Amino acid sequence: MIHLNQVEKRFQHPDGGWFSAVQPTSLSIRAGEIFGLIGFSGAGKSTLLRLINLLERPDAGAVLVDGQDLTALTSRQLRDARQNIGMVFQQFNLMANRTVAENIAFPLEVAGWSKHDIRVRVAECLDVVHLSDRAEHYPAQLSGGQKQRVGIARALASRPKVILADEPTSALDPRTTQSILDCLSEINQRFGVTVVIVTHEMGVIRSICHRAALLDKGEVVEIMDIANGQVDARSALAVSLLEAA
Amino acid sequence: MDAVSLNEAWVNLLSLAPEIGQAGLETLIMLSIGLFSALVLGGPLGILLYLSQPGQMFANRTLCGVLGWFVNLVRSFPFIILLVTLGPLTRVLIGSTIGPVAASVSLSFAAIPYFARLVEQSLREIPRGVIEAAEAMGASPLRIIVSVLLNEARSGLISALTILTISFLSYSSVAGVVGGGGIGDLAIRYGYYRFQTEVMVAMVLLLVVIVQVIQFAGNRLAARLDKR
Repeated sequence: MIHLNQVEKRFQHPDGGWFSAVQPTSLSIRAGEIFGLIGFSGAGKSTLLRLINLLERPDAGAVLVDGQDLTALTSRQLRDARQNIGMVFQQFNLMANRTVAENIAFPLEVAGWSKHDIRVRVAECLDVVHLSDRAEHYPAQLSGGQKQRVGIARALASRPKVILADEPTSALDPRTTQSILDCLSEINQRFGVTVVIVTHEMGVIRSICHRAALLDKGEVVEIMDIANGQVDARSALAVSLLEAA
Repeated sequence: MDAVSLNEAWVNLLSLAPEIGQAGLETLIMLSIGLFSALVLGGPLGILLYLSQPGQMFANRTLCGVLGWFVNLVRSFPFIILLVTLGPLTRVLIGSTIGPVAASVSLSFAAIPYFARLVEQSLREIPRGVIEAAEAMGASPLRIIVSVLLNEARSGLISALTILTISFLSYSSVAGVVGGGGIGDLAIRYGYYRFQTEVMVAMVLLLVVIVQVIQFAGNRLAARLDKR
């Protein structure tokens, strides 16, 4: 579903020096799996995630999503392609002056859906995240976990094949974290959406991921398989993360 | 002031009622044209000023620098100097330098960069992540401007417009003195030059009431639109 082919991203420091956030990296993520990106802060995991929908444009390499090379698209084509990739953020990034229903409707308005279709779809998505009774509330009236469920509903609205989740639980308490992870897992199973999730917690990987890449200093150290909550890890870094968890 | 002179003052004010009405109309014309130009030209300029900053959608160091420099330049002029300097331009545009419409040229010229700065400041309060989320959804720049930027900043924009209106109510009285007419002009002509203090007092009181009403309405509307 997603193929990163020798992608590379560097940022310039204010003092003029360069910092390699992502070293030349290749990664394949299969359709229908929940794939984790784990590492310490500064490991390049968020940057790698943001390369997938080109929120960060790679300095080199190709990004293929659903068979389409995003780096080769015009900005209009890229906007169309992005409608097929949902995104969930650590800080939720909901529009404060729009109600819950209006927030979920936004990607559908972007995609040019009719008012009637939007209404039906928003109701479906609210139902998936169990927030039907909060449709007319504003984000400020919701708890953190509820806000993130709105974020997930919004990411799900346009029926994307891929959802990118950037530390979706890092701003939440442990119990809320589990409910958000369950929500993502349910969406993955019910709709076959491929989910890529960035986290610094091994618990998140254990809880919902099928596979995960461990990143360090902008490089993939190891790709780990996860089965029945057991992480199959070999690298010293992965083992230390598992012991700490 | 004893009862007799108070009564005289009142009679004088009543006799000036048509002039006061006329002055109110002139102030309204100056303010409307000035604010309209500020919204139509200053608004987009402010949006561009914001979007051309580093890290924003149309980040462009040169454009950002030039726009910022222009805005600062116009805003550096004391308004009365701007008024005099723009006389020739006003004559070309309007055919005269007298009257509220002529005065509106300079008012608009000053209001545009002023409002542009206020708009830029309001937009800065929107978290970058919210704009990024819209980008990630494939929203076009126009949709991001209208549905995200303007909608998320709406209460700040109303406050900005309130500040602009009150500032330019005051500016319009300066413009009035140089031939624009209006409430401030009336206060100067009758109250100051003709020693009719009651006219001055009445006009200032009128302005006090207008400012209070504008601020109250602005605050109410801003609070109502703010769902943060």
